[in-house]
Formats: sequence, C-alpha cells, structure tokens
Amino acid sequence: MVTYIIRRLIWAAVMLTIVSIITFAIFFLVPRLAGATPESLAARYVGRTANAEQVQIAAEKLGFNDPLVVQYGRFAKGIVAGADYDYGPGVEHCPAPCFGYSFLTRLPVWPDLLDRLPVTMSLAFGAAIIWVLAGVATGVVSALKRGSFFDRAAMTIALGGVSLPIFFTGIVSMVVFSYGNPFSITAPGGSYTPLLDDPVAWAYSLVLPWVTLAFLYAAGYARLTRAGMLETMNEDYIRTARAKGLAERTVVLKHGLRGALTPLVTIFGLDVGLLLGGAVLTESTYSLPGMGKYAIDAITNQDLPKVMGVVLFAAFFVVVANLIVDLLYAVVDPRVRLA
Amino acid sequence: MKRRTTTGAAALGAVLALALSACGGGSGSTPKDSAQPADQGGKAEFNAALTGIVNPSDKKGGVLKFANEGDWDSLDPGDTYYGYSWNFVRLYGRSLLMFKSAVGKEGNELAPDLAEGMGQPSDDAKTWTYKLKQGVKFEDGTPITSKDVKYAVLRSLDKEVFPDGYTYFNDFLDLPKGYKGPYKSKGVNTDQAIETPDDQTIVFHLKQSLSNFDYFAQLPATIPVPEAKDTGAKYREHVIASGPYMFQKNEIGKGFTLARNPNWDPATDPNRRALPDGYEVTTNVNADDIDNRILSGDLDVAVLGTGIKQAALGRVLGDPTVKANSDNPTSTRLWYTSINGNVPPLDNIDCRKAVQYAANKVDYQTAFGGEFAGGQIATSMLPPAIPGHEDFNLYPPGADNKGDLEKAKESLKACGQPDGFETNIAYRVERPNEKAAAEALQQALGRVGIKVTLKGFPQADYFALYAGKPGFAKDNKIGLAQNGWQSDWPDGFGFFGQIVDSRVIRDTGGSSNVSVRDPEVDKLLDQAMAETDEAKRNAIWTAIDKKVMEDAYVLPGIWTKTLIVRSKNATNVFVNDAYGMYDYLGLGVK
Amino acid sequence: MTFLELKDLRIHFPSDDGLVKSVDGLSFRLERGKTLGIVGESGSGKSVTSLGILGLHKGGRAKISGEIWLDGEELVSASAEHVRTLRGKKMAMIFQDPLSAMHPFYTVGAQIMEAYRIHHDVSKKVARKHAIEMLDRVGIPQPDRRVDSYPHEFSGGMRQRAMIAMALSCDPELLIADEPTTALDVTVQAQILDLMRDLQRDFNAALIVITHDLGVVAELSDDILVMYAGKAIEYGTAEDIFERPEHPYTWGLLGSMPRLDRERTERLLPIKGSPPSLINVPPGCAFHPRCTFADRTGGRSTSEVPELLESEGGHLVRCHLSRDVRRTAWENEIKPNLEAS
Repeated sequence: MVTYIIRRLIWAAVMLTIVSIITFAIFFLVPRLAGATPESLAARYVGRTANAEQVQIAAEKLGFNDPLVVQYGRFAKGIVAGADYDYGPGVEHCPAPCFGYSFLTRLPVWPDLLDRLPVTMSLAFGAAIIWVLAGVATGVVSALKRGSFFDRAAMTIALGGVSLPIFFTGIVSMVVFSYGNPFSITAPGGSYTPLLDDPVAWAYSLVLPWVTLAFLYAAGYARLTRAGMLETMNEDYIRTARAKGLAERTVVLKHGLRGALTPLVTIFGLDVGLLLGGAVLTESTYSLPGMGKYAIDAITNQDLPKVMGVVLFAAFFVVVANLIVDLLYAVVDPRVRLA
Repeated sequence: MKRRTTTGAAALGAVLALALSACGGGSGSTPKDSAQPADQGGKAEFNAALTGIVNPSDKKGGVLKFANEGDWDSLDPGDTYYGYSWNFVRLYGRSLLMFKSAVGKEGNELAPDLAEGMGQPSDDAKTWTYKLKQGVKFEDGTPITSKDVKYAVLRSLDKEVFPDGYTYFNDFLDLPKGYKGPYKSKGVNTDQAIETPDDQTIVFHLKQSLSNFDYFAQLPATIPVPEAKDTGAKYREHVIASGPYMFQKNEIGKGFTLARNPNWDPATDPNRRALPDGYEVTTNVNADDIDNRILSGDLDVAVLGTGIKQAALGRVLGDPTVKANSDNPTSTRLWYTSINGNVPPLDNIDCRKAVQYAANKVDYQTAFGGEFAGGQIATSMLPPAIPGHEDFNLYPPGADNKGDLEKAKESLKACGQPDGFETNIAYRVERPNEKAAAEALQQALGRVGIKVTLKGFPQADYFALYAGKPGFAKDNKIGLAQNGWQSDWPDGFGFFGQIVDSRVIRDTGGSSNVSVRDPEVDKLLDQAMAETDEAKRNAIWTAIDKKVMEDAYVLPGIWTKTLIVRSKNATNVFVNDAYGMYDYLGLGVK
Repeated sequence: MTFLELKDLRIHFPSDDGLVKSVDGLSFRLERGKTLGIVGESGSGKSVTSLGILGLHKGGRAKISGEIWLDGEELVSASAEHVRTLRGKKMAMIFQDPLSAMHPFYTVGAQIMEAYRIHHDVSKKVARKHAIEMLDRVGIPQPDRRVDSYPHEFSGGMRQRAMIAMALSCDPELLIADEPTTALDVTVQAQILDLMRDLQRDFNAALIVITHDLGVVAELSDDILVMYAGKAIEYGTAEDIFERPEHPYTWGLLGSMPRLDRERTERLLPIKGSPPSLINVPPGCAFHPRCTFADRTGGRSTSEVPELLESEGGHLVRCHLSRDVRRTAWENEIKPNLEAS
C-alpha cells in the first residue's frame, strides 16, 4: 500500500513534468515555430507603440532571448528552488514553489493561486454536496419507479441539465434571481466573500453558482445512478438480500446503492479533481475569482506564467484526484487490489 | 501613442468566446446628433449627459460601485495607458495639470492641478516651467514637492519595470545619454532633463520644440511618487494617494476599495468635489453581468466606458425609459482601411481613388456594430471632437452612402485598369468586426471588378510581422489593411503623430502607419509641433487631414460611438469629452 | 397437516410480447424432513416456483394465483410484509453461483450476521459469534478468521458452504436450494451434497432442490418433480423416476445425466430442439415438437393438452401415450441404450 502510494506519487511528479513541458511547448515553442521572434512575443506585454529598443528591453526582461530550454529550465528551477526577481528598487526572492511572475502585472503567480484556491474549493465542494445528494436520490427513486411519471420527468430534466451549457443556465439564473427581474434574492456576480470573513455572506454569494453547477452534474449523476441501480437491482445478490427477509429499504440502500456506488465514486473523484483546477465556465459566468476565472483571464491576456501556473495547479489536482480515486476504489470495492 | 488595447489573443476556442475585446476608453468628442444643449440639471433623456449634468446634487456620502470586465493594466500612475484609467486615476492622484471635470467640450480644457498655473514655455517651447501649489500632501501627511514629481516622471522612464506606459517623456526629455531611470542609473544627474530649483518649481527641458507640452503635464506619470515608498513594479499594490481618495484594500486581479484621504485639502483643489465616501471596484467581472447589474441598479459604472455589449443592446435601445437613461458619445477613435501605395496597382492614385468611391460605408458601419454601438460614418481622418476637424468629403459615396460606382469605374479607367484588379486585404483574426468590415469591402469593391482576397493575421504580430512590415506587405500584395487609431487626448498631434508620419515606417515593421508616405505631410507635422499659436496649429491639422485624403492613402470608415448607461444611484452624471465617457470625478451618490 | 402444499399455482408475467406463463397450474406437497427435487431445463419454471414460494417472484407485475400453504398459513393471499418476516427465518434459500449471489462488497461474516440479525434482536458481537459457529458447522476451516473474508477470497466450494451457512443461520423449516452445485467442480459437488444431506437431517427441515441435473436429485431426494413449460409432467418417488420413468422427457433427462465415467457435456440421448417459448406454448402436449414418440399418440399430441394422471402408487405422468406403450418403450428402447454406455 505504502509502496503503491509512493510509486504513484513519483508517477504523479513525472506526469506534472510532462504536463509542464507540453504546456510550455504550446505557449512558448509553437509561436516560435510559427515565426514569432522574441521581440514580437514581447510586443504583447508592452504598449504597442513602444519603440524597438523598448520592446527589446521587455524581451530581455521576460527572458525571451534565451534558448527555450534555458527558459524552461528557469521555470522549473523556480518551482524547485525559488527565483529572484528584480522589481526595480530592489531584488525580491520568490521562494519555492515559485511559478514565476506575471508578464502583465509583474506580480508573482504562486500567491495568486493560493488566493484563488479557496474560492474554487468553496464552489466545488458546495456544489458537489448538492449534486451528490440530489443526483443520487433522484437516480435511486427513478430506478425504483422505472417508467413512472417521476422517472420520466426526472430523466427529461436530467437530459436538459446535461445538455444546457452553464453560461446559459447561469445567466438565466441570474436574470431570474439576481437582477430584480422578477426576483432579487441572491447575490449578483462578482460578489464573493471568504468563508472565514462571513459564513452567511459566503453562502449567499455562492448559492446560485452552487445550484447551477450542481444542476449540471446532478443531472449526470441521476442518470448514472439510475443506470447503475437498474443494473445492480437485477443482481443475484439483491435477490439474496431479499431472501434473507430484509426490508426493501435496506435492500435498496445497503445492497443496491452500495453496489451502484463504485462508478459513482470514480466519476465523483475525477469531477471534483477537475473542478478544483477551476470551474471555468461557472466562475466566468458568475465572476467568481477562482482558479477557472484566473485561467480564463490568463489565457485571454496571454499571461503565460499565469497560464503555466494554473495549468500545473489544475493538473496537480487531477493527478491527486486520480490517486485518491484509485485508493478509494480499493476501499469501496474489496475485490480491487492496489498493485 | 494609441492607448493599448488588451491583448486578446486567446489560445483556446472555448476561451475565445469569453475573451474580452476591451479597448481603451475614448477621449473627447462633440456629439453631432445631440440636437440642443440640455439645461443644467437636464432631464433623463437620451444623450442628456452629453451636454448637461443629469441629477445634479451636492450631497456627500455613499459608495459608488464600479466594475471592470478585465483588469487595469496597472493602477500605478507611471504605468497606465488606458483612457478610463486616466479618467479614474484623478480620484487618487494629482498630476501637474488635468482635464477639467466638466460637461462635454469643456472637459477637453486643461486646468492646473498640482501646478498653480499652466506651463510657461521658453527657449522656443523647448523648456517648460511649472510652479506647484503650497500645502498639498500625500496620504501620510508628507508635503508634496517638485522632487516627488520629478522622481515620478523619471521612474516612469524605466520601461523594464513599467512596460505598460507611454514613451512621451522618454522621447522628448533631454535626458543624459544612456539614462535608464532612477533604479538602474542611480545617482546620475538628470538636471539637464528635469530641474527642481526649489520644492515648488519643476522645469522640463526637451530635445525639441513641443508646442503642446501642457498635454504631457496632465499625464498620470506626473502624479507624485514618494521615493521612500516606491516599490517599483509592486507599487501598483499600494499607490500613495495625493488625491481625495486612497487605497483601503487592493487585491490585484479581484478589485479594490478607495476611502477618503484625510490629508487631501479641498482648499488646494478647486477641480474635485469628492462627493462619495468611497469607491468599490471589482475587476475581471463577466461583461454581460456588468451590463445587467447596471440596468438593475446593483452596479453604478462599467469603468471601461466601452459601451454595453451586444446582449443588452436591444434592451436599452428597445425600451424608451431605459434608452432615456443612456448616452451615445463619440470617441476619438477612427476605424479605417489603409491603402498601401507600395503595392501595385495601388501605387497609382486613381486606383486608390477607385477604392474610395466603390466602398460601401453603410456596410462598413454595420460591420462595426451600427449607428449606436459602432459609430458614425467618417468622411475624413480627423474625428469631429479634435480641434482642426473640418467637414469635407473628397470622395462622396453617393446619396445613400453605399458607394459611387460610376466614379469608381472612371477612376479605374484613369488608372489603366478598366476591368478592375486583384489585391489582398489584411485584418486581425481576433477581431470579428475587422473581418466583417473587410468582407463588406470585398463585396463593395467586387461591384467594380476589384477582386479582394481576405487575409487574417494574429493581432499580436499584425504590425510587427505582417501588415505593418513593408517587405511582407509588398511581397504578399497586401494592398489593403484594416486599421484603427485613437488619440490619447483631443489634439491633432496625438491623433496624427503615429499614423501619417512616413518617418515612423521602419523596414523591420511595427509601425501603425501602413500606407501614408508623403513628404509634404511630414513637413506639415513638423510645422505643427513647433507652432505655439493654437489656431494656426489647428489649421495645420486640417491641412494634413486634407492632404492625406487627397493622396487617397486612407479609406476612413467610422468614428466610433459607444452606448453607455447611467447609474440609477448616481448624481452629477455627465460625459467628459476628454475621455468620451462619464466623468468619474464628478459622480456622487443619491 | 402437510407442511408445504402448492395448489394449482400459476405465476404469469405480462410482457410486451404477451403473457409469459412461467408456472402454470403446479401442485405438490412436501413434509418436514423430506426432500423434493424439482428437475427441468432452464425456463421450465422451476426457479420461478421457488421464488414464488418465497414471495420473490419479480416486481408487482407478476400475476400469481393458486395457493401456497406453509405450515398452515396461506402465502399467496398473505401481505408482502408478512411474507418478508417469514423469509430467512421460516424459509430460506440457497442460490446458484454464490459468487454473484453474495454481495461482493460485504464480508461473508457481515452477510451472515445481517441475515441473523434481521430475525434476532441481538448485538453484533453475538451475531458474529453465531456466524462463526455457522461457518464452522458448514465445514469452513478457521471460521473465526474467514468470517472477515470477502466472498471473492473464498474458493467456489467454500463460498457455497458460506451461502448454506447464511441460509441456515436462522434455522429455517423450509430450505430451497436452487442449483446448489451447478457452479462447482464435480468433487466439490459431492461434498456439498453430503453437507446438505447431513444438515437437513440435523435441522429436520423440508428441502426443495432445484436442478436441471438428475444426478443431484438422485443423491438427495425422496420425491422428484419433473417440470416442463411451467407444468409438472412427472412426479414420483426417486425410485419411480430412476427405475420406472414414464415420460419421454424424463427419459431425455436421464440420458443427459452426467456420470463420473463420462464427460459432463456428452449426452447419450440428447433431447432434440430447445425449450418452448412460455408465451406461445405449443398446442396440445407442450413437449410434442421435441418428442420422438409423438407419432404414437394418434394425433392427440398436437390437439389435446394431456392431464397429469396417476400411473400407479402416487407416480403421476402427463402423457398421451398409454401406460403400456410407455413401459414398453422404456424397457425395450431406452433403458438398454442407457445401460449400454
């Protein structure tokens, strides 16, 4: 078990390195191959009418004149050993893990990531609780009352939930509940309050994003649970459970749902892992200052250190989520051996 | 000297949909369609804030809520280059001079701020002297001296630390050779560029005559910075205020709040009323959310001032009561098409004229968003808001503005290409408006046999590698190129300087002037720079405008307009022509 | 009073294609301490019968009629909740393929404990002790350790033993074993059958063994019921069925009976064709399309449904052939063939 985890962690480090190299290649190598020069790259991060000398200054400052390998090495070294940054009047040491400095704001990326994480975590975990409860309950009831009005209605709504993009449901939700037309009962976009500052305001500012995001996932989970339940409720061991004289409720929840749980746990772990890397659309729609919004802003502005930082951060969560899912899998399904 | 547009090159398709296309805010304008001036205390009607103050009030208190769909380039006065930012910076910083916080055209006028009066030129306008007011203090109570102003200007020269700003001072100050700003060139004597004989006097020495240096003196780079508290690139996190408000909380990327500065003395400041108790600013907010919240009254100002987005446009224009609470100012931005005389057969003036006549200006306007969200059809280069503008049209495009095909065919005949010719048109792929305009042009020119092929290029390298690189343009027959320009302030120098001067065209590329190569125009520009008489100077701008149009090097498209909505909670709402948006210094809370 | 009696039990399932007559008029009796073997191919209705007795025939859609008397109580008309309290306690079931019949995510012990605690209000500790005892009793070595194992950690035979332990944990009076040895190796089969025989004796339970394999019932049963297409076609003592079988289908089954000296899959007298659809049961005798003697019925086999009639001394047969014809055919045509091999 311990060896397994250690091996997986080493593998995770390898994965993250590969991800960082690929990301670096996409944003630094591909433009070069397409003919961009250090100056034309640097021109994105200065006033456009800056003269050649000033563009050259920027290119030098941002390190574009060095070979790509050196640039990547500098980035990697910063993560492992930290880096020094000249901000004008003095030099600042950016301790490891240093994800570099924004090309645009010239501020370090790492504190930003730490600052954005609680927002995304609040969003992801809050929504996850809602969607698991709602989705699984709906799925179970649908499966048991297969073909009933409830089942058909729930599955129709679920289909809608899976199909409707969040920038649609999100905006509709705000139009209905936020802009006073007809209701003004939830917080508008861009009004996040940290949990520790004021828990009530925190929940108030997140309730709409939670529900909207949860709706999207709950729909999927309902369908998945329903399908899983329909399958497990046909299993022989359900008949065995009934033959023991168990109450139907116990049969469904303890035996049926437990059997249907395995794929749900897998998907759930990966979903939450992905979301921790940033619920891009939800955060954009509701202007929540989380990882996803950060990623969008960074990519929009071609702020490459931020892009690198957020991609690696997100990849980290996916890798960790994968590991946790695999560990959890062994807990959920005793037949699984970790090797 | 164009305000920078945000670099919107997005890498992912999904991201593209969300990418901001924010541009810098506008400067002054005179709205042609505002029929008559509204009364002071004008009623809530469409465009009322262009010519009058809506909801005038002296009431103090309250907090105004601003939102920005992107982020500031920088809150550091020495490192910011957006019109809206220059409008906003006046809340926490005081420059030597400033644009008046006044309605419409009056907002175009400069007034002393830190300085006691306007600049005193001497030595053929190569030396400019300003006297500072007594008793002006930083937020910590330290008196502001001329040395703080000098330091602020000098530090802004360091483009390695401050890459966002303009280069006016780098270009014009008579700096020691190799001077790189106070961080890298520590202890270098810079008196040959800026002298501070005493704490209240600052003297600028220029390399060449500059008749309108007062516009430089209103730049945010002259907002004083105390050297002891300067943290270089990090100064943006806590700017030391000299204006009526100071930073209470500042989270770069998320937003900030401004509170009253106890050391701001209204007695030293006749320009600011400082009505609200504070400002709450959120950055990186979804643009559609901003529009909806302004319409619902939850938010007061979309600080970019670039107008509401397509999604809410119908709701504003379609509802008379909502429309009555909105304004449609014109900015000093011109969208145009460069006609490259280096690319045959456009080296022949008659072929260029054929393009002028055949263009369909109505479709061009539609491509940029139509009458309200796009702008008014331009007949020459110089926007109406800039002194020196004259109404003339050398190539009348027919009564319906859709082109004069007869004249176009005549020109083609004169050019020796009676059946038309083939050429390419460049546009920036990230800008759907430019592509639409290019398509409109393709269709319009096709009517007289000019076959145009569209060529999209990435905007980051548009001028450096493609449309703006003479060799590339010639080799690839880029005869036409979509282009745009906005003046930093309502002045012919700021508008023409970079787009009609043939001497800024470099073989290595990077110039915004793609097509205008006329030595006479260059000569006129030099004359204007040295001319201290304003009326005479303005006449030269008119002459330049006419000469370029005669050369037919530029096909003017539209002068942009934006549709902006007044806050439901704000008082003293009016548009300042210097910025082409609501004056952020004037606003109060109901 | 008879311990278990079925009277004209019918279990029909409506489906999109028509009514599935899984069990169609089945009657039999069983006393405590006795074993009944129900034999038939898959789809003959034998498993549905057993589920019907336990009230586990699927869903609310099945139509059940007739009577099931268990120890003086009629179960068809009893409430579902009441039948539930009888399940596990009064009547229990051992399922085929214990790998799928036991929940893969719970330990064997937990599953036995659960069965026990439904009907006995005892602490987990007591239930655990009981589970270990039960495992011991069914011959699982180191039961105190294996109680915490998961089903997949057991061998097939061990699993079936655990399954039996689970079924017996509440000391049921009626035990139904559905194909208890099908999934097992031949040697293990014998062990399990021995175990079941011993346990039945100890518990004095009534046992129903359901199988397609006459070999299994030969080991265990007092009486044997042969089912075909939802109906009983032959019923008698084990001796009747093995020594004097009268139905051509039973002959077929005997011919297919695996023997230790023969490959399991090898069939001496295969029954041609496949089991009939339970929706469109062939007219007349349901077996006639597969019956090699159908031409000797004078055409009745396709037009007339044969009755289940007594041949002699409680031996019942549902066949149009006259008793003499059947006996002659058995003696002269079938039996020598079976013995020759």
